[in-house]
This record gives sequence, structure tokens and C-alpha cells, in this order.
Amino acid sequence: MNTALSWIKAYVPELECTDQEFCDAMTLSGTKCEGYERSDKNLEKIVVGQITEIAAHPDADKLIVCQVDIGEKTIQIVTGAPNVKVGDKVPVVLDGGRVAGGHDGGPLPEDGIMIKAGKLRGVPSEGMMCSIEELGSDRNFYPEAPEYGIYIFDDSVKVGEDAIAALGLRDTVFEYEITSNRVDCFSIIGIAREAAATFRKPFHKPEVKIQNETGDVNDYIKVEVQDKDLCTRYCARVCTNIRIAPSPKWMQRRLAASGIRPINNLVDITNYVMEEYGQPMHAYDLDTIAGNQIIVRRAKDGDVFTTLDGQERKLDSDVLMICDGEKEVGIAGIMGGENSMITDEVKTVLFEAATFNGANIRKSAKRIGLRTDASGKFEKGLDPYNAKDAIDRACQLIEELGCGQVIAGTVDVHAPLKEPVRVTFEPEKINQFLGTEIPAEDMLGYFKAIELDYDEKTNEIICPSFRQDLLSFADIAEEVARFYGYDKIPTTLPSGSATAGKLQFKMRIEQKARDIAEYCGFSQGMCYSFESPKVFDKLLVPEDAECRKAITISNPLGEDFSIMRTVSLNGMLTSLSTNFNRRNKECRLYELGNIYLPKSLPLTELPDERMQFTLGFYGGGDFFTMKGVIEEFLESVGLNKKPEYDPEAGKSFLHPGRQALVRYDGKVLGFLGEVHPEVCENYDMKTRAYVAVLDMPEIVPLATFDRKYEGIAKFPAVMRDISMVVPKDIRVGQIEAMLAQRGGKILESYHLFDIYEGSQIKEGFKSVAYSITFRAKDRTLEENDISGAMKKILNGLQSLGIELRQ
Amino acid sequence: MKEKLEQIRAKALEQITQMEDHEASAALEKLNDVRVNILGKKGELTAVLKGMKDVAPEDRPKVGQMVNDTRAEIEAALEKAKKKMERALREAAMKAEVIDVTLPAKKNTVGHRHPNFIVLEEVERIFVGMGYEVVEGPEIEKDYYNFEALNIPADHPAKDEQDTFYINGDILLRTQTSPVQVRTMEQKKPPIRMLAPGRVFRSDEVDATHSPSFHQIEGMVIDKGITFADLKGTLQEFAKELYGPKTKVKFRPHHFPFTEPSAEMDVSCFKCGGKGCRFCKGEGWIEILGCGMVHPKVLRMSGIDPEEYSGFAFGMGLERISLLKYEIDDMRLLYENDVRFLKQF
Repeated sequence: MNTALSWIKAYVPELECTDQEFCDAMTLSGTKCEGYERSDKNLEKIVVGQITEIAAHPDADKLIVCQVDIGEKTIQIVTGAPNVKVGDKVPVVLDGGRVAGGHDGGPLPEDGIMIKAGKLRGVPSEGMMCSIEELGSDRNFYPEAPEYGIYIFDDSVKVGEDAIAALGLRDTVFEYEITSNRVDCFSIIGIAREAAATFRKPFHKPEVKIQNETGDVNDYIKVEVQDKDLCTRYCARVCTNIRIAPSPKWMQRRLAASGIRPINNLVDITNYVMEEYGQPMHAYDLDTIAGNQIIVRRAKDGDVFTTLDGQERKLDSDVLMICDGEKEVGIAGIMGGENSMITDEVKTVLFEAATFNGANIRKSAKRIGLRTDASGKFEKGLDPYNAKDAIDRACQLIEELGCGQVIAGTVDVHAPLKEPVRVTFEPEKINQFLGTEIPAEDMLGYFKAIELDYDEKTNEIICPSFRQDLLSFADIAEEVARFYGYDKIPTTLPSGSATAGKLQFKMRIEQKARDIAEYCGFSQGMCYSFESPKVFDKLLVPEDAECRKAITISNPLGEDFSIMRTVSLNGMLTSLSTNFNRRNKECRLYELGNIYLPKSLPLTELPDERMQFTLGFYGGGDFFTMKGVIEEFLESVGLNKKPEYDPEAGKSFLHPGRQALVRYDGKVLGFLGEVHPEVCENYDMKTRAYVAVLDMPEIVPLATFDRKYEGIAKFPAVMRDISMVVPKDIRVGQIEAMLAQRGGKILESYHLFDIYEGSQIKEGFKSVAYSITFRAKDRTLEENDISGAMKKILNGLQSLGIELRQ
Repeated sequence: MKEKLEQIRAKALEQITQMEDHEASAALEKLNDVRVNILGKKGELTAVLKGMKDVAPEDRPKVGQMVNDTRAEIEAALEKAKKKMERALREAAMKAEVIDVTLPAKKNTVGHRHPNFIVLEEVERIFVGMGYEVVEGPEIEKDYYNFEALNIPADHPAKDEQDTFYINGDILLRTQTSPVQVRTMEQKKPPIRMLAPGRVFRSDEVDATHSPSFHQIEGMVIDKGITFADLKGTLQEFAKELYGPKTKVKFRPHHFPFTEPSAEMDVSCFKCGGKGCRFCKGEGWIEILGCGMVHPKVLRMSGIDPEEYSGFAFGMGLERISLLKYEIDDMRLLYENDVRFLKQF
């Protein structure tokens, strides 16, 4: 909301402060000023001058030489403007002065334009006469200015006076950010009231009085409200003998500062009252209202209505309409109809000031696709009491501006109006809540300034109807805090019982995952939770796969963001692909993020959110690099046994011969593998890539940070190397399982030190060599301990078809 | 006898001293010759010992002592010379091993943490130190927790302002971490001090300053006698921890449906210290969080009696803090995961 400070000062005349002080103080008391701009920015040394003589330029057809009286003296100005004549009063910028812009009305330069005396085609010119564009404005806000040429004042201005003041530009326009709870502050009166309270100055509301009313409004109009739930109040007044003319300069200037273009007295009055009171007004040409009757009712489904912008609008039965005896004349609270539009020929005006159900207006405006200044105000839920004040104010302005004759009385239809809210005044409790020691009298002083009454008998604060946000103790405490000053409230730390600061166990496991991944060279990525349903095809996921059952967003940003991911790989592969295509030679990434598995579809309860530890890389490594990272992580969180790797992982997106499930104690913790070449192609990667996904909810229950010291071996170890010829289809995992099973208690460890397939090995076999370490905790091993264990191992290996290499 | 010993001693020491003029490795060998010649089985001193049988028995202890002293002296001299020569040898060897220390380092390639998480962990550290427990809540949330229980009823305009992604009428993608406040209050008895970071969603198109998915950090304290002054004090401490002890804070009134009174907190610009620069748009202050006293209605709906307990809550946008901290000018970088970006943190 933008407002001229001069308009605020009209109601707080004693307000004295700099622009910055105003901005800061208002922000600290809760009316946030986003910023301000002086209306006279870059306008310097500009006075009213009167042209006393015009002569032709000796050397230029299109230029004229003017003698201009600027009060203390007369100066000579050369101009090319076509519209001036002797006697015109014009804004004149003097030598060394400054104007805001060029005469073409283009974007304003930051520092304006400096004007200096000089010569034009050889004739001295001691200043410049200004167009409205050069003064930083345009004809939208100064409709009386000529389309091309110098701005000409009316005769009321004095020669030599400050032209900028005469134009109403000695002002500052403030921009406010009003929070949605403060409906009352979407108005000049609301902001002025806050300003008065903030600066502790008296607040003078406009005094509404109509001098000369005639007739009876009931002879002109009847009003029937059929849907009282949607229309809380409807006030109608009538003015006759309307004379359309421009509104006075002061009104035009105030509207212009608020960004509203002056049109004519009648339109300007409705806009002026909307700004001043925050109550949108509508004016109908009463002669177009059939049956001299207004009916407020819902539209019918499928109705079509043409709004005054000429657009056809589709309606439904939740849209509230304003109708006359025969037809619809406006969409309530949103926009009037073309059929009742005010024209310059209007004789009798029907003013409407109504309040509607805010939520209904908001939803209707959304459905119809038409959000107006009026609907923006109505949707906040306006104060029905204010509607009556506003319509009276409009009639007063009609009278004061000589725009027409006000008819006596108001047709006022409303449901019972709400009683003011009363809140018990508990100063000690307020102080306790805020941590302050503010005297009760001071609190009452703050309340008085913002028109909160105090009922001494009942010890209650009475909240005025325009403060719909004040309902309870905490709301009252906030009013105290605002005007005492948030900055003056002390700073303390909570006393009371101590609590243990900690991370949940699962978060500590995730922290470990981050640490290990990073030690292993993986950087942390972040991926979106939603993705395209097309990712399943990209990942070669079969049509009937469980993971295709994803949760769908009903109003997504687009198909690419429409489902909640059920696998975490798309994000990882997309990121790897980004890196690959940006020619990053190597890339190692990890991500910790949720997947979302519905318990049933459509969703009736919240889904299972499973944290996935996803790793991916290309360049500088292979399947076993990834396997190493997994084992480092599992060991770091206390999963000390060797995980098992099942090559029958069944992952469509992985290389069929290079994938494995990771099992631990029979539970599947996740999988790893090389990305399927076709999937790589789908992600536009011409490289081998490796991924792993660990399902954290499976790991967390198995994880522990408990460790126990087991002593350092005191007795010597004995090592035996075995070299084997192994059938090709036997995996080393099977050999290791056999070693572990047959090695007995004295088996300490085993270590694969060679694997070879080639010409020296017979067809269908490979050579595998292990180094096996035996050790006893309590004694030195003897030869027969070792040979016994080795014999068992060798027998076991033989049963797998393995031969010892000679 | 005595003269004989003196003679041996002088000869040995002279020989040893002479060695020092020789080249180290040759000298070391010669030194051994000296040892053998004097102290060896057939050495001169050994010969003297062998002659002991000719010494009168009463003089033997005295002579024996003299022989031993001479031997010890020669051995010590030998040892000293040997050490010296060995050191010379080692130094010569090391001279040949000089390396160019400016050659490139051999580094382990360590991965990098996402800038968002660096900041998150910093914030967690500060609040855990103040006794807060870090908790989580679901990202796909019930309308009740995201809105209604936070005093945002069905028709409330704030529901529109937040541009919510819906799954269906009752279930949505949470637009804020505030629902975790309600869930925590439902599950725990006061005193509560909790911090709830997490992912939130709003239907904003992706651009340099918007993302449909971002992170918030929610905090809440509920106990007997918690005041607005406590809120101010706590957040001031936090700001000083995060941005340094000279940081100033400013609280401005604001509106959130679930807190009353509500405030926004600005910190003095951590780039310019408050003088005004392009980061703070010349204002000297940067807005970093919203906060307030938990609304009595919210307490009551969550099963906590507002007559007995009070509390405060605050929420901040993680991206806002990390983008400002690291001067990252485009939010999209956070989700692209380009390693050239990530390795800068």
C-alpha cells in the first residue's frame, strides 16, 4: 500500500518527524514501512513563472524566445514548445536547477537532469519551462497537462512561488507492508491512527456531516438481501443532479500518490473513500436499475455476465450477485456490470457500500479469474460498521465538491451486527507474559490511543469493530508490547527446568553416513522430492512394478514435478549427468533424502517416508569402490559382521551382471551396482556409473555406537597361504563362507591376494589364492591345531569342486 | 707398568684424533683397526693384562684398576669418534636426499558437505548447546497439522498465501516446519525445547530466488513462565553465536496466525556490520527469522494448558541463511549438485 505522508498528516496534524524517523518508528510499532520516496526527488530551483512576451527566434523556425516573469526579475527562455502564449503561468527551472526526466517521458535517470543557462541557436536562454514529464510525472496523474508541451498552471498560483509545492509534490510517498490480520490498516485512517499512537499525537478522524439533504432514499431504491450469510451489510444512498467534472487538485494529488489515476469527481470520490476508509464503494447509474430495486443473491450455475471491462464471466451458485428488478448488475465485491456502468450523462447515482463474506469473495474471485482492488479488500473480511461511515463520507464529498444533491437517509440491510469483543484487563499477567514491568496506566494509555475502550466497572478492554484481530489476552499483550516498544523489552534466557540437548539416534546415524561418504570422496547433493512419472521408464522399471505406485500431487507445478519419488535414483542420475555433461572428469555424490511409499492409494493415511542414503559416481573407481564405501559406513555404525551380497538383486536399472543386494542378518539393507548402459544412455551419460542405495530405516535398528575393548593379541599368529583352482561359477563369497564355517575358533582372518583367469588355468576354471591367519587368544598354536583346521577347510573346498593348485 | 699404560693410552688417543682428518667411511674402518690393535685379543692393552702374572700380588688390584681405567678411556674415545663419523655419514646421505618441497601435495580426495547442511549443523550445534532436542516430522502432512492446529482454519487467507501442494483434501506437502510444533506438544510434556529442521514445499516456480522445495528450521520452548523477553534473549544469543559477538538484533512486530505477539528478527548486516551495503540493500539490517509467543489457542489445541504454560517459537529459512552467508546468487545451484559448486564449501 502506497500513501502520501501529507494525507496521513491531514489526520495527525501535529506529526513532526523526518521521513526516516517516520519509517523506522512505524515499522517498530508494527506498520512495516518498506521504503519511501520523495515526490520532489531531483526537482530543484523550479518556480512559477509568467510569460510576458513571445518573439520569434531569429535563426530557427521551431523555436520561440519568451520573456518570463519569475517574481524578482524577468528572464529570457528559448523553447520549442508549441502550446505557450503570453500570460501563461508555467513551471520554470532556473540556472543550476534540476528536473527529474526528459520531455519524452522515458525512464527517469537516477540523479535527474541538471539545467544550465546557455544559448539555443545563438540566443541566450536562462532556464527552462517544464512539461509534466520533465517533472517526473505524466498525464495519468495530471490529466490537465497537455499531451505535448509545457505544463500550464491555472490562475490561482502566484508568480515566483515554489512550483513544486503548487503541483502538490512537496511530499513523501511511503510504501507499507500490511499484515493480513490488520484489515483496518489497509486504509489511510487506519495508518493515521497507528501513526498518531506511535508518535503519541492526537488523531483527528474526518468529521462526516452533510449540510443539505433532501427527499427520502426509500423513494428511490429498495434493497433485498437474500443471502445474508454472504452479505453481512448492504448500505445504499442516492445522490441526484449529478454534475460530472474533474475533481479538485488536492483530491487528485492524494489519489495519484496512492497510484490511482484521477478520472472525474464521481469516480475519484469512490476511489478516495476506498483509500481513506478501506471500504470499496460502487456507484450505479440509478436510471439503469430496473424496478428501483436491488436484490443480493447467488448466481445460478452456468450464468454468464459481462463485467464493466467488457469481459464475459462464467458464474456458479457460490458467486454472490448484485441484481436489480430484472437482471444482474454486478458481481458482488468483485466488479460491476457493463449494463449499469456510470457514463458522463449520469443524472442520479446509487452508492453501494456493503460487506461480504471474505472467504466467499476470495474463492469466487479465484474461480472467476478476476481479482480487483475491491475484491482484494473484501476478501480480508471488512468491518460492517465501517460501511456506513464510508457511504456517508462519500455523500459528504459529493456535497462538498458540488457534484450533486444528497438524498436523505440510507437503505441499510444487515444481519444483527457483532457485539464488540471484550477482553479482561490483566496487567500483571501481561507483564509476566512479556517479561516487563509496565505500569497499568501506561497500558491504558496505549489502548486509548488506538481507540480501545476500558470499562472500569467490569475491568474489560472493549475492542472496536475495526480491530477484528483482537480476541484474547495474547492479542491485548501484543498491543502493549507494540507501543511499549519491542526494543525496550528486556532480553533474558529461559529459566526453569533444564533439558538435555541432543540429536535423535537416527540423526546421529545419518551424520555418520555424511562423514563416511565425505571421507570416501563423495560430496553431498540435494535432490527434489517430486519428479516426473516418466522417470520409471527412464529407469526401465517394469510396468507392474510396486514402485510405480507413487503419490500424485493434485496441483503440481507441471508433470515434471507431479509425483512423490518412490526411488531415489533419478535425482542422483540427473546430478551425475549434469556433471558429466559439464565435462567434470570425475564425480562422486551422495544424498540423504526421503522417498515416499504409500500404504494404499489413493492416500488415506500418511505414507511411509523412508530416508535413503544414495551414493553415485563415475570415473575413478568400480563396483568394488562402491562396495568399500558401504562397508566403511556399516562398520562405522556398528554393523561389524561381513554383509552378504546377493547378485540376484533384480534391479532393472542396473547392469544385470553387476548388481547386488546388501544383506545383513538376513535383512536387505539396500543394493549397489553399475548403472545399466541403457539407463546411462537415457540420462545422456557416455560413461560407466555406479550407484548404491541404503535404506536407513533398516539400518538404524541394527546400528550401535557401543564398543567393547577386546584386548590386543598376546600370542603369535600363524599364516597359511592356499592357492586354488576354482570352477568359474563359484563366487569367492562361497569360498569365504566355507573358510569362516570350517576355520573354527582359531581362524582370525583371511585375505584374498590373487585372482586370475587365463591361459595357464584350465578352461572353465580360475585361480584364487587366499592367505589365512590363525591365532588363539590363550596360547601359542601348535602344528596340529593348524593342520586340523586346514584339513577341514580343504575338505570343504573340495566339496565345492575346488582343487588345490600344485 | 704405569709408563707402559700411559704410552698405550697416548698412542691410542692420538690415532683416534688423527682419524678425524680422514674421509668418514674409511675412518670408520680404521677406527675398528685401532680397537683391534689395542683392545683386541692380541691387542697391546690385552698384552699388558696378560703380563699381570708378573706383578706382585699386593700390587695387582692397583695395576688392574689402572688397566681398566685406561681401557675405559680408550673405549670412550673410540665411541665418541665413531658417533661423530656416523653422524657425518648420515648427513652426507641426507644431503643427497633433498626434495623439492614445493612439488604438489598428495591429497586424499575428501568430499564436501552441502552448504545448506553446513549451516544447518551450525544452527543445530548452537541450539543443542542450549538444551534443545532436534526432532523431525513428516514431509507429507495432514492439513490439520499444517494449518488448522496452527490456528489457520479452512477459510483463512494465509492458506492461500502459502500456495500449498495438495495430495488430496486432507493430505498435503507441508508448507512449513511449524506442524512439528504441534506434533511435539502432543507427544511430550513440558518442559519442551525442540528444534525441527526439515524440507518444506510451496508451489513457486523455480528461479534464482525461488524453489518449490526448500528448508526451514523451527524451534520451540514450552515451560512455566516463559516470556517474550526469554524469546528475545534466546534469539539474540543465537544470532551472536551464528554471526559473531558484535551482532545486534532488532525485533519488529509482525503477524503469524500461530504466535501472538509475533515478531520478525533482523540482524545487523554481517557483511558490513550495519553501515549499509549491497547485501542489506543499504539498510544495515538483514531479516532472518520470524518468531513469537505460541498462541494460547495453539497450546490448547495441542493439549497444553495456556494458563499453566507459555512458550515461544521461531522459524527461519535455511536457504536464506546459507545463500547470504556464502554469497550464492542463484538458488538453483543448490539443487544442481555440480561438484565444482559443492567443492567450494
